Amino acid sequence: MADDLKVLQERVAEAAGRKQPLRIRGGGTKDFYGRTSAGDLLDTRGYSGIVDYEPTELVVTVRCGTSLAELERVLAERGQMLAFEPPHFGDATIGGAIATGLSGPRRATSGAARDFMLGVRVIDGRGQDLSFGGRVMKNVAGYDVSRLMVGSLGTLALISEMSLKVLPLPFATLTLVREASEADAIRMMNEWGGKPLPISATCFVDGKLFVRLSGAAPALKAAQGQLGGEILENDSILWQSIREQAHAFFSKPGDLWRLSVPSATPVLGLGPALIEWGGAQRWVLTNGDGSKVREAAVKARGHATVFRPRGTREDVFTPLKPAIAKIHRNLKQQFDPHGIFNPGRMYADL
Amino acid sequence: MDLIDVTFVQPDREALVRGLLAILPREAVLCETEELKPYECDGLAVYRNVPLVVVLPSTEEQVSAILKLCRGLNVPVVARGAGTGLSGGALPHHQGIVLSLAKFNRILSIDPVARTARVQPGVRNLAISEATQPSGLYFAPDPSSQIACTIGGNVAENSGGVHCLKYGLTVHNILAVRAYTIDGELLEIGGGALDAPGYDLLALVTGSEGLLCVTTEVTVRLLPTPIKARAILAAFNQIEQAGQAVADVIAAGIIPAGMEIMDKAVTRVVEDYVHAGYPLDAEAILIVESDGTDEEVEDEIARINAVLERAGASELRVSRSEEERYKFWSGRKAAFPAVGRISADYYCIDGTVPRKQLATILRGIGEMEKKYGLRCANVFHAGDGNLHPLIMFDASKPGEIERTEAFAAEILELSVELGGTITGEHGVGVEKINQMCVQFAELELQMFHAVKRAFDAPGLLNPGKAIPTLHRCAEYGRVHVRAGKMAHPELPRF
Repeated sequence: MADDLKVLQERVAEAAGRKQPLRIRGGGTKDFYGRTSAGDLLDTRGYSGIVDYEPTELVVTVRCGTSLAELERVLAERGQMLAFEPPHFGDATIGGAIATGLSGPRRATSGAARDFMLGVRVIDGRGQDLSFGGRVMKNVAGYDVSRLMVGSLGTLALISEMSLKVLPLPFATLTLVREASEADAIRMMNEWGGKPLPISATCFVDGKLFVRLSGAAPALKAAQGQLGGEILENDSILWQSIREQAHAFFSKPGDLWRLSVPSATPVLGLGPALIEWGGAQRWVLTNGDGSKVREAAVKARGHATVFRPRGTREDVFTPLKPAIAKIHRNLKQQFDPHGIFNPGRMYADL
Repeated sequence: MDLIDVTFVQPDREALVRGLLAILPREAVLCETEELKPYECDGLAVYRNVPLVVVLPSTEEQVSAILKLCRGLNVPVVARGAGTGLSGGALPHHQGIVLSLAKFNRILSIDPVARTARVQPGVRNLAISEATQPSGLYFAPDPSSQIACTIGGNVAENSGGVHCLKYGLTVHNILAVRAYTIDGELLEIGGGALDAPGYDLLALVTGSEGLLCVTTEVTVRLLPTPIKARAILAAFNQIEQAGQAVADVIAAGIIPAGMEIMDKAVTRVVEDYVHAGYPLDAEAILIVESDGTDEEVEDEIARINAVLERAGASELRVSRSEEERYKFWSGRKAAFPAVGRISADYYCIDGTVPRKQLATILRGIGEMEKKYGLRCANVFHAGDGNLHPLIMFDASKPGEIERTEAFAAEILELSVELGGTITGEHGVGVEKINQMCVQFAELELQMFHAVKRAFDAPGLLNPGKAIPTLHRCAEYGRVHVRAGKMAHPELPRF
């Protein structure tokens, strides 16, 4: 474990010298995600701590190895949150949350992990310490390398430190539930999305449609009147179970696929689905050949990821078109010329 | 040193024109001096260059063929939308062509259910919201030039607007871009969904100032139009108080739709112009806007009002009608033309600082006014710390342009020193190319050049803009200092 940046830098530079692949890992809670990648373990958890937090600036700067739960606790003390609601799946680190770029139930209305990224400090594949972006909300100086890092699965650089935009916790929250068919749920989610309603999450599962409202109490009351449905008591349990994939839906056998599609995409008919993000994120469990799932997602102008594969972890992510793939290889070559960072974790040639 | 210091072997203009005429109809290839003149500058008119040729393609096939041709002849290409940019990003290269996307002016499709629209890059920002308004939807980024600026330019600059603290910048409000590389290859970046597989190239090309690829189509996200908006106008006796009031609003858990500050100098100038009834003795005027449903707005306005009262506002007015709300905004929106009325020329700066540094930077600017003998009026996107000082000068007086440039450079360098950035929303272009040397160290600049190479190996797209050459930074003589340490203490510095 390394508690100082120099040690991490030396470790990377040394690996680069030997062209020895490194497997960057925080809490290891998302080891299942992506393709398998061999390499020496580089544990980031020693490099932790909140570097700077200014609630009135809406910015927190944090080291990669910081526990996500600990960070969220500190933010909550000041009435704030990471509005992209990243999953924990255990004792995750913020570095891992950003490197995987996963977002939770609030994503459709508040934005994804990448939308809250303001600045990064990274160690590139030569062991160099680089800083991009900053701690201000608006910054268009230089290319947006900070956002490029989000979801890059550690294949470009080691994110050592990041500045994230935070938001206030809502004054109040209320969840409404009703029975619905999958088709009706998709229709309603999209209708609601087109209206100025204080919606902060939606979910359809097992014939029930849930909608979470967040904001000022009078606004929630008015929206409740408009939307109808029953109030769900102790609703945080439900949203927590969706965010953490602890809901019974996720424990069924099969490959768990994540489909990211245009929100109004009709029922895909690929099997039982859990639908989030106003229709834009659909979880499907399949047994056997998953090619139909990917085909359906791509046909709908989206993509599909084998989120939790049971068997082989070859084609986890939707293949890139050749011109886009070439840019990926070029970028990889520039950031990590010796190919030492998580090789193959995202695509075989990255 | 010339502002554009990246040069090429002088191209064979005749071969270039011949090649372009094989791709485009005669009227889409402009070669005569009087035809080229209108393209010699963008919204930053102090810098001008006449290009070799201006082309106006109308299809993607033509764009691709033009890029291939220029790649083959080693001719630089500067893409251009409406030319409203304020940093010289569309300033032509004297050895190259300007590729105008003005003919790409169609809204291709609107999907009111999924709340997206596919538009060509030459479509004006406001035209999108006008077209989607019947469905109760709009495109959120609203740069002040929105009646004229194009979505292609918004993508190139990652444009914001007065509502971006709540609704985000262009990067937060687009889903996909079709673009061509200098090799004429199509890049389909993003897609119809909220995310795409692989690296976030959409973020990388947004704000890349035309250096990576040429955009030919954008898929934007649309938001439901808020039912209601109300504004509060608050006067403060000290600028620090106004800054603190903004922090207090955020500390109270509120993200208003907009928060703008005008200093006394601006208030007086705009009052003469729009007669909004602003309190003229106040050191700072703060305008806070709330939008959403009726209930959201009423609740939020009450909370904001209470916060501002506690923050010591000397006067508070809450808009009771749309007419009154527009009146509150009228001066802020007219700040630039109003300053233009009292000064022969003015120069708009775009630094951003952490909000808590507001008073410090304004004090610094006050001292610089004396130092350079020029007046400066300040407007401020207070919610996100983006400052727009307007330096007033007279270009016809010898030395004033140079003094203005030095004044501007000092404001930007102070922004960086205070933990901010040289540009919040206008882009680097040619204007702030030297200050990039202050904000970034050599290693970061090298990486930016590497990113460009990943897209544009020959370096022909908008060369010399946005990212300074290391040679320029050495020449400029100011080296980025991080945490009191020089990047390479072992190297000699001149």
